[in-house]
Amino acid sequence: MKRAIPIFVVLAGLLVAIAAANPFFLEPAGFLAFLKRVAPLAILAAGQYFVIVSGEFDLSVGSLVTVEVVVAARLIDGDEAMTWPVLILLVVIGLLVGLVNGLVTTKLRVPSFITTLGAMLILSGAVFLWTGGAPRGALSQGFRVFGREGVWAVAILVVVVVAAVLLMRADFGRTLVAAGDNEKAARLSGVRVDRVRVFAFVLSGLSAAIAGILLGGFAGVSAQVGQSLEFQAITAVVLGGVVLGGGRGHVIAAIAGAFTLEALFTLLNLHGISGALEYAVQGVIIIAAVAVGGLRLPALRLSPSKA
Amino acid sequence: MIALVANPTRAVYAALIATLAVGWALVAFDGGTFTLNDLVGIQQRSAALGIVAVGQTLAILAGSLDLSVAYLISLVSLVAAETMAGQSSNILTAVIVALGVSALVGLVNGVVITKLKVHAFIATLGVALVIRGVLDHLYDGPAGRVPVDFQQLGYARIGPIPVAAILWAAVAFGVWFLLRRTRFGHRVYAVGGDVEVARLSGVRTDRVVIAAHVLCSLCAGVAGLLLASRLGAGAPTVGTDGGYDLESIAAVVLGGTALAGGRGGVAGTVGGVLLLAVLDSVFNQLEVNSFFKDVVRGVVIVVAVAVYARRTGRRAS
Repeated sequence: MKRAIPIFVVLAGLLVAIAAANPFFLEPAGFLAFLKRVAPLAILAAGQYFVIVSGEFDLSVGSLVTVEVVVAARLIDGDEAMTWPVLILLVVIGLLVGLVNGLVTTKLRVPSFITTLGAMLILSGAVFLWTGGAPRGALSQGFRVFGREGVWAVAILVVVVVAAVLLMRADFGRTLVAAGDNEKAARLSGVRVDRVRVFAFVLSGLSAAIAGILLGGFAGVSAQVGQSLEFQAITAVVLGGVVLGGGRGHVIAAIAGAFTLEALFTLLNLHGISGALEYAVQGVIIIAAVAVGGLRLPALRLSPSKA
Repeated sequence: MIALVANPTRAVYAALIATLAVGWALVAFDGGTFTLNDLVGIQQRSAALGIVAVGQTLAILAGSLDLSVAYLISLVSLVAAETMAGQSSNILTAVIVALGVSALVGLVNGVVITKLKVHAFIATLGVALVIRGVLDHLYDGPAGRVPVDFQQLGYARIGPIPVAAILWAAVAFGVWFLLRRTRFGHRVYAVGGDVEVARLSGVRTDRVVIAAHVLCSLCAGVAGLLLASRLGAGAPTVGTDGGYDLESIAAVVLGGTALAGGRGGVAGTVGGVLLLAVLDSVFNQLEVNSFFKDVVRGVVIVVAVAVYARRTGRRAS
């Protein structure tokens, strides 16, 4: 957890800066609006964390979010009665995609970068093949309430965070980190490496399904709803001090990374650096954050655990 | 057949020939024809991706990867077209400036990865975002003008062969020579295979990675010049619309180069790009839905890598 301290300091600093620029942020309504905006990315970051800490990547979550929203819109098509069956279907789709990603990566030994890159192409191709190129239909009010009402979004976020922490404290969490840290050693000490990795991908798929449900309500139906979310999620996880390649980092820090990224966007907007230069600032900050984290790492590694 | 699959480079060419044959048959069955012109068209369309992928091969072989090439291509197309400003006399300056910008971006990528010890994925993603910010800030749409002389690069042919394809072949040969016949090439394989072993054997690993990134970015720059000559102007979305970042990585891996580095080569990459291009033009001939094409492309990439993984895995065990 020591590695995670910097991200909380940075996050606190950003939140103070936002509050200073916009006092509305301190009121319950203002803060709730912020939480509602963060929720999808924070949930995706939690899912991505499981995959990354086990030593893999999941590039398919952006497309998967788009798939979830587009499928929901077409199947519900404004019919309230369809809301719950479709919600269940969306979760099943998320779990299935994660399962396939995990099985292809572990059993067929395709690097996860390629597996999930392929899944990204297949998912976005398949869904628009089905709808004829553009999203069709509409979401029901009952569906949109999850992403639109701050209370619902925050409740879902809290449940996800608690579940993620509990999972990481359970045997699963320890074996997952062990698999990412040193696969061979983990295997030799009896960890079913393939099984925990598949489970990590399933969790990532599930997180994309939940994020898709929230984003459908929050942002509405569009073909771009999930665009570049995979990179944002990976960025958030890495900002939280989780090391690409696996074995190091805490799930709370990864979620804090998502909060930091969103707080950064909010602050840049408040200061009128919107759209264009926002990306440039984002790029510099990501590199700087990881560089600082990397420089710190050797000192930490001197601790007995390395020897 | 087993010997064919055992070597990924041979496997990809076998797959290429098979795809050509099956494609030919399907198109003929559909009542169309697959002519020499189509083959030439394939080379023309795949030249830009091919050049980027050859550069990407260098980065991947060195154990790195480059996600910034797509935005760099857009940037280079704009820089080149604006410097030319429609005047033939400016072509040389524009090419030098464009390649200078590319080399600089590659240098930044390499230095951030080696000296600041940032994972290549994050480093090049960050640099991509910086370039994107600059592009969005400075340009709303196409800008600059490419003189007719320079447009020859994109459209002219020598006999039946497009100049663009010759350019691709030259770049591919250059990088192949570099990798297989020079000391630098051996070091790239050494660093990609095992950084620590390379370092202990006296290779200055940082320099090798930086050089690989500079060369990779230069290739992206050449592709940017080629695309500018095709469009007749620079465009801020030309690189991302083509999806050159992930597509080039996919082509390299399809060609049998290991994503972890140290194994593979340019010949496989060229085969991988051609395979993607042949699939594309067969689908065009059959007038297949473009979303279906994405699905097939995804399946082909994953299946190919799964096949390579099986072979290498068995040999190891």
